Amino acid sequence: MAGETLLSVSGLRGGYGGKPVLQGIDLSVEEGEIVAVIGRNGVGKTTLLKTLIGLLSPMDGTIRFAGEDVTSLPADKRAKVGIGYIPQGREVFPRLSVSENLMVGETAGAGRSEPNYQRVYDFFPILKERARQAAGTLSGGQQQQLAIGRAMIGAPRLMLLDEPSEGIQPSIVQEIANNVKRLNAETGVAVLLVEQNLDLIVSMARRGFVIDKGRIVAKLGPEEITSRDVVRRHLAL
Amino acid sequence: MDFFSTAFAIIYQFGDAFAFLVLSAAGLAVIFGMMGVINLAHGEFIMCGAYVTVAVARMGVPLPLAIVAGSIAAGLVGLVIERLVIRHLYHRPLDSIVATWGISLIATQGVLIVLGSTMQGIGTPLGSVQVGALSYSTYRIVLMAAAVLILLVLWLLFYRTRYGVIARATIAAPQMARALGVDTRRVYALTFALGAALAGLAGGLYAPTMTLVPTMGATFIVESFVTVVVGGADIFLGAAPAAAILGVIRAGLTAWQGQFFGQIGLLVAVILVIRVLPNGLSGLILGNRR
Repeated sequence: MAGETLLSVSGLRGGYGGKPVLQGIDLSVEEGEIVAVIGRNGVGKTTLLKTLIGLLSPMDGTIRFAGEDVTSLPADKRAKVGIGYIPQGREVFPRLSVSENLMVGETAGAGRSEPNYQRVYDFFPILKERARQAAGTLSGGQQQQLAIGRAMIGAPRLMLLDEPSEGIQPSIVQEIANNVKRLNAETGVAVLLVEQNLDLIVSMARRGFVIDKGRIVAKLGPEEITSRDVVRRHLAL
Repeated sequence: MDFFSTAFAIIYQFGDAFAFLVLSAAGLAVIFGMMGVINLAHGEFIMCGAYVTVAVARMGVPLPLAIVAGSIAAGLVGLVIERLVIRHLYHRPLDSIVATWGISLIATQGVLIVLGSTMQGIGTPLGSVQVGALSYSTYRIVLMAAAVLILLVLWLLFYRTRYGVIARATIAAPQMARALGVDTRRVYALTFALGAALAGLAGGLYAPTMTLVPTMGATFIVESFVTVVVGGADIFLGAAPAAAILGVIRAGLTAWQGQFFGQIGLLVAVILVIRVLPNGLSGLILGNRR
């Protein structure tokens, strides 16, 4: 499967109305790879992911997923073709229990796959332990695990992961990175990661794009993205 | 024996007020709490349920089935109105108030023109029970049970079914729910239809006790809005306890000074609550929990 293009974006412009935040983005993600989009605050990383999942509509450009043009599909349809979204700040449903949060995540995979709770609980045992607890009462790291589990249950082919390290203790950051890498290795799910955390980028990504002022300004190959110096230089750009 | 009959009278008064508040507010609370839409046509959905119930019952259908038919009819009308009007006005709360008010006027006047100023009703069934010196309508006791049953069924629907979980997720974070594959427009459409069906159910249940006139929805509208305002956005933590508290106020004042003061008591209560608890009881309960 690896080597086939899963996601390809060309000439993507978009944002919140007025001057577009994204000024023509071109990037691609192959089946089963982990790709990072890096850059400073406010250069359009979160806007990019929101446009890819369909919560913001693009002004121009095309988004192709698994060979299909999904540019005009709304977010719920994109989730159903296999794009999982783990937003910045997690956005778990606070008053729903952990298992109810996962149940909502099933919607994306309905008709495509059977929800695999066992796998989610294998990766994140804490979610089984806290299954009946309200998600809003979990710690930041646990909420991050829930947000990832909630996407997993819908059997995505690509996960859009927005700043998983934000507001989480450093010790847990590494654990989450390891879990996502293991998930990628075991299920072949591709990951498009938006991050500023040096350790997380270097330990997870196999390829990278540097974004600045709404444009891709550099592409980083396997050697560059795993080099702390190169990544640090681009983050400080 | 005298003590018993007095106690029964008080409980009956309270139960009657509680049932009326819960039944008239349930549909409004679902639509407001779940969707943030203030539905000024709520009273007309009640009227729709009442008219259909009576029309079906007079064709010889047993009353319980006729009430179900009234509820379903109001739900279907709700589905159509959501599709044609409400759907285009999400995130525009003021516009949706004006639009639903317009629907309310059209419905009232339309029924007046087509069906005339009144429709022949059906008598209150089930007769009465004698407790002490007074006799009480058995049907009103059934209504109290219906109110409790409806709260229970709604709770099961929202907390024990997939639709309920997805609906609660959609209310909490509609964008996030969409990004997980939830067709939020369908959830909103079903929720609006559910609210309309609950209003229709209230109309059907009270139809045998009322005179059927096109403006009959107005009888319910004050009570339903007072309950929802006092309760806040959550029907179980808000509207239900609000109905209990307001039921006590209303039954107490009505017994003491008559119906008119019961109504004044409700309105004073709502003014106090708006002043002290702008998010209603459920805002208070949820706020403390955080």
